[in-house]
Amino acid sequence: MMATEATLQNDTLQTHGEVHDTASIAALGFWIYLMSDLIIFSGLFATYVVLSHNYAGGPTGKELFDLPFVLGETALLLLSSATFGLTMLTMRKGEIRPILLGLVVTFLLGLGFVSMEIHEFNLFIHEGAGPQRSGFLSAFFALVGTHGAHVACGMLWMVVMLVQLVTKGLTAPVQSRLLRLGMFWHFLDIVWIGLFTVVYLMGVL
Amino acid sequence: MFGKLSLSAIPYHDPIVMGAVVGSLLAGFGVIVLLTYFKKWTYLWKEWLISFDHKKIGIMYIILSLVMLLRGFSDAIMLRTHQAIALGASQGFLPPDHFNQIFSAHGTIMILFLAMPFLSGLMNIIVPLQIGARDVAFPFLNSVSFWLTVAGTMLIMVSLGVGEFSRAGWSGYAPLTELAYSPDTGVDYWMWSIQIAGLGTLLTGINFLVTILKMRAPGMTLMRMPLFTWTAVFTNVLIIFSFPVLTVALALLTLDRYLGMHFFSNDMGGNMMMYTNLFWTWGHPEVYIVILPAFGIFSEVVSTFSRKKLFGYGSLVYATAAIMFLSFAVWVHHFFTMGASVNVNIFFGISTMLIAIPTGVKVFNWLFTMYRGRVSFTTPMYWTLGFLSTFAVGGLAGVLLSIPPADFVLHNSLFLIAHFHNMLVPGTLFGFFAGYAYWFPKAIGFRLNETWGKRAFWCWLIGFYMAFIPLYILGFMGMPRRMQHFDNPAWQPYLIIALLGTGVICLGIGCIIIQLLVSIKDRHANRDVTGDPWDGRTLEWATASPPPVYNFATIPVVEDRDAFWDMKEKGIAYQRPTQYDPIEMPKNSWHGVAIGVLAFVFGFSMIWYIWWLAIVSFLGLIAVVIARASLDDIHEIIPAAEVARIENLRYQNMA
Repeated sequence: MMATEATLQNDTLQTHGEVHDTASIAALGFWIYLMSDLIIFSGLFATYVVLSHNYAGGPTGKELFDLPFVLGETALLLLSSATFGLTMLTMRKGEIRPILLGLVVTFLLGLGFVSMEIHEFNLFIHEGAGPQRSGFLSAFFALVGTHGAHVACGMLWMVVMLVQLVTKGLTAPVQSRLLRLGMFWHFLDIVWIGLFTVVYLMGVL
Repeated sequence: MFGKLSLSAIPYHDPIVMGAVVGSLLAGFGVIVLLTYFKKWTYLWKEWLISFDHKKIGIMYIILSLVMLLRGFSDAIMLRTHQAIALGASQGFLPPDHFNQIFSAHGTIMILFLAMPFLSGLMNIIVPLQIGARDVAFPFLNSVSFWLTVAGTMLIMVSLGVGEFSRAGWSGYAPLTELAYSPDTGVDYWMWSIQIAGLGTLLTGINFLVTILKMRAPGMTLMRMPLFTWTAVFTNVLIIFSFPVLTVALALLTLDRYLGMHFFSNDMGGNMMMYTNLFWTWGHPEVYIVILPAFGIFSEVVSTFSRKKLFGYGSLVYATAAIMFLSFAVWVHHFFTMGASVNVNIFFGISTMLIAIPTGVKVFNWLFTMYRGRVSFTTPMYWTLGFLSTFAVGGLAGVLLSIPPADFVLHNSLFLIAHFHNMLVPGTLFGFFAGYAYWFPKAIGFRLNETWGKRAFWCWLIGFYMAFIPLYILGFMGMPRRMQHFDNPAWQPYLIIALLGTGVICLGIGCIIIQLLVSIKDRHANRDVTGDPWDGRTLEWATASPPPVYNFATIPVVEDRDAFWDMKEKGIAYQRPTQYDPIEMPKNSWHGVAIGVLAFVFGFSMIWYIWWLAIVSFLGLIAVVIARASLDDIHEIIPAAEVARIENLRYQNMA
């Protein structure tokens, strides 16, 4: 009984700053959220696969997709994951400036990705291949657009973190938020790999 | 400026609807007057609405759910009354348009706004206590979940007086829900209310799974967790894996309706069966989401009131796990008639039958727990016994329906209606009523009146059989579900018996209300000063009733499966520590309420195409989330002296 009371006091006495494993609890929660988000994507993937040949007399993926262009998009997104990874490595040194720089670069790469995607959507719509044209195109816009919306959310999150870094500094909560932003950003990369394969590669084949 | 919304959206011409609207408004107005008269607004706001205390959030969930029970049950009375008279020349009293809205609202409310909030409420109150934790993993998220559920509920209530509700059934099959066939706002109300409340449920699922995995008291290994906590684990896993699919199905339907896309339309390459598949990929696990926690409650109740350890604890855990996995492999049995190949139907037929095996295991677990136990027949035990006998009937009907050829005959008949009410009423609702009676003293601090509880039980049990056995027979006689009018006089006697049954159930609801009033009147006589009114076995009984905000002054150390029973046997149950330490607790905040209000405004403006307001409220939602995410000072310390004061008071009262 004495021993257990001692450990309990340790637990409760760590009340200054962070409770003992808040960061790890938040990380697990966020990880589970990502898994549920993955279910959202799997629902959209399943819908896309079912509708992927329902052209309704409209254009097919083979006619629409510009593979080199999408490859460029992919390169931007993968590169942004790499720059985010490097940013997180510099976090250990405790300096704010390189983190700010890394986040800005990652943000710009994400912006490039989203801009290219908007350009592609815009092009399709002007070619008469908008989301209303066929079941295939509805599913295409929903799946790719949901991923793009996620990337945009990640970018908004980066802006918030930039503000927090400048105003609060590299505090423990800010670090733990950056860690989860990283999980989110890499997760979107993985989803994009699946999307690139299922939508674009298999669409062009 | 107001989108599609105009004064003509209010159904002045319909006396039934206006009666309900005026009734709801009067009730709401009465509450406002009382709050103002007793000057309780500040108390309500500070102690309840913005509270992050999981017990208070839980109580608010259950109040919400019981209010919605009244609404959903009023729908049931209207449906039964109408069908009992709508024969031949008589057209009944509900026009088809209104009848269709009522059965759609009945199903939607009972599943998503009665069962789900009741379940979230019980989990909120009990799970942290059972695992010896001071709060949930994410207290703010918990408040958000609750307020999103409220926002969804409010949308349903508003649909009563402003515009219409969906006519497409609670499952909302496409293409009936497409804009071409349901051009008014009904489907939008249904869609947005479920979408918003469903998001809240998903967050609850994540929150409680992390809570249980990460915040158990020292010594509480997974296989020492109480059964209710175990079923909460499985339910939360099901929520996390299935609710996103509902989100997708509804989002795609939204795109169809708002942007003219072609996911579920029957032209331009849409596929309406895709909706049905997505819906039931969520919908079948949803059945287990609401029923597994009830199984957990029965396990706690049987063990406590039989004064015995639960028989076959491990087998119960594994049986529940098996049900969790199987529940994802049976969804096609909701539409065997889709036209899938024989082999597909056989697969789903067999997987459906398999679920009967783990469920049967559980029934024997409960029976053997009672065997040679000292059973005391309290209200929770009544609900449990009523469940055991009635649920078996529904289970047998389910196995019958799982055979595809039989399903082809009985599909969409009243037999199906009888079957699933036979699962959900005794399974889920009796279970939650058992939990309500069992944990009421813990949450509120005094016991409920036993006499009125037992009266409520008998009314519900007898009323249930009267209301639903005739529906089995009507199903065999070929009566389809959702009939606004019929010409076969042979059906009418059974429909009248079913109506009488509904009347008996209504008495049961009356008994529950009287029970609550009588118990409040007698609260001083029935006060639970020990915190352990039933001689309980699990940790929630180790603290005061109602528990202090921090739940446990010192975190308990668990050495056995029935942790509190073990402490009582060792004589250390009420041992006080030599000193108390300061306790860190989350600070309440308004952000959860704000998110709920904004979500409601967003949903309402989307339903009525008020685009500017939708944009403003959506930006508001993002702003509140960012504001909250930028707060670091989210905890407060309860000083040791205050803890000591609260604990001293408890032990004084106990002595």
